[in-house]
Amino acid sequence: MSLIVAEHLCKEYNGSAEKVAALNGMSVEIDQGEFIAVMGPSGSGKSTLLSVLGGLNHPTAGKVLVDEIDIYSLSTERLADFRREYLGFVFQSFQLIPYLTVVENVMLPLAVSQHSNRQQMDMATVILNRVGLEKKLKRLPDELSGGEQERVAIARALVNQPPIILADEPTGNLDSFTSAGIMQLLQTLNREGHTVVIVTHNPVNVSYSNRCIELRDGKLAHSELEQAPPTGSQSVI
Amino acid sequence: MKSRSTSKSQLSGSEGYEILRLQDISIGNLRRRKVKMILLILGPVIAVSTVVTLVTVSRAMNADIATKLDEFGANILIVPKSDDLSLTYGGMSVSGVSFDTRDLHEDDVGQIRTIKNRENISIIAPKLLNAAKVQKRDVLVVGVDFESEVRLKKWWSIVGKKPETNHEALIGAEATNKLQLGLNQTFDTNGETFTVAGILEPTGSQDDGIIFIGLKEAQRLFGKKDQISLIELAALCYDCPIEEIVRQTSEKLPRAKVMAIRQTIESKMEAMHRFEHFSLGISIVVLFVGALIVFTNMTASVNERTREIGVFRAIGFRQTHIMKIILTEALITSFVAGVTGYFIGFAVSRLVTPVLTSNGGLAITINYMLLCFSIGLAVFVGLASSIYPAFKASRLDPTVALRAL
Repeated sequence: MSLIVAEHLCKEYNGSAEKVAALNGMSVEIDQGEFIAVMGPSGSGKSTLLSVLGGLNHPTAGKVLVDEIDIYSLSTERLADFRREYLGFVFQSFQLIPYLTVVENVMLPLAVSQHSNRQQMDMATVILNRVGLEKKLKRLPDELSGGEQERVAIARALVNQPPIILADEPTGNLDSFTSAGIMQLLQTLNREGHTVVIVTHNPVNVSYSNRCIELRDGKLAHSELEQAPPTGSQSVI
Repeated sequence: MKSRSTSKSQLSGSEGYEILRLQDISIGNLRRRKVKMILLILGPVIAVSTVVTLVTVSRAMNADIATKLDEFGANILIVPKSDDLSLTYGGMSVSGVSFDTRDLHEDDVGQIRTIKNRENISIIAPKLLNAAKVQKRDVLVVGVDFESEVRLKKWWSIVGKKPETNHEALIGAEATNKLQLGLNQTFDTNGETFTVAGILEPTGSQDDGIIFIGLKEAQRLFGKKDQISLIELAALCYDCPIEEIVRQTSEKLPRAKVMAIRQTIESKMEAMHRFEHFSLGISIVVLFVGALIVFTNMTASVNERTREIGVFRAIGFRQTHIMKIILTEALITSFVAGVTGYFIGFAVSRLVTPVLTSNGGLAITINYMLLCFSIGLAVFVGLASSIYPAFKASRLDPTVALRAL
């Protein structure tokens, strides 16, 4: 059974004149360990699909099974628990908490877990070392570059060791050099066993994935296996 | 990669240490948004300091008013015990009346000063009443201790001066008219001559028809050595019920009838209660306004943090966690507001009280009960005003909050 199964998803928004169908009966299955790139023109439903898969956005119709759990049958509070345990979100524009330091931002998902403060610090420190920010633990987000902020966002998504990483335009605000470094990091995480789903406009990013899904008008238009880029690519870490 | 449970019942809830960590988020937000914190505190500080000032100043003023009222005329009357109904001195304005009294003794005055609550006895004004003939008219002559009598009867306005020597008298306005006596004129009674040292302005009471001479002089004149007809007391009742003073005095003077003058007491209490009610009314209004300010500021703060709350929800914070973050911030700011408000109110009270009361009123010292009450009040108002904003924050749709998704 696939790790993520989305069946006949529909999502409608009430527009000022008429209802807008962001998702229109699309279905997709994502296996454990896949690296999926979701592409499509503006308004095709990419970000909506990500939010629905991530348990953030109730579909108007259809269901989402993650690890055989019908996530939208859970209560609001249990759905929050699900997100905390199964998912790591990397938001567009990073969405770091401005008054928390780098290490505090990374520890945020652990704040409502059962880990002690010492364990939290250790888990966060390991992840920050991983993404190359070990010397900037006490910095505030506005003291970091765009690439560094993105890496903090990725570290926050990883700190709870979730099986699934959902990233919405992870390189949207970055230059090409930094973007490559971020994509390599995501690829490395995927190779370590994380299932990664990214939404992207950048065709270059697709080459890091092993499958590309294209959406049009809220429907699955295309699903194609990709070839991973050669090893030894440049890294910023 | 570690395996995950496939059953939804395996999803764990949040238990254990979460409150401390959520508290760190609240403290972090307040610490790094100092201006916001000051704005959140300002409303409750103003409310609490106003309440503290009103409570402290009204207590001091009440004590001052109570003392003044207690010393403004007698509130306890001591007369000899009698089985007969008789006219008493504190009653109607009647001139030219003479009546017999079985008298008290001067030693009784000393006994009064030995009761347990003797510090509450402000003025003791003994009197000897006797009828006398002046210019062939019947006149009530009252022997008094002029020092005590003038302190007791602050409404007395004397034309001339208070008698200071033997054979000087103070005459009521009505008696002056009836006897055709003026200042420094003399009159004879019981074979002795007295000079009018002072004339009382009309008081509307029995005093208008009376001739006042010194107590010792009266005892000698009427052959009633050491005898007293009645004693008027001004007792300070602010911190001691008058019934208790009456009871203690009665124990010391078994031959006497000790009575609290209800009308005086009730008038005084009514004045104090009105002032207390006024202060309470103002306090309630101010507290309501303070709560409104907290509600408005907290709602604005929540609205400003929509995206941040969306992130919290997206990464797995429960609605209860969001509420705890908001309410913890409210708790911290309210506590600080309570302490700050108390000390500002305390400082203002110390400045204002000497202006509003004579001789400073009550000494204003730190009242730890009022401090605890202020903190409790601020926390209650802060939390109560923040419940709706916290509830609203916890129900924010993460996708709406984040907008990006």
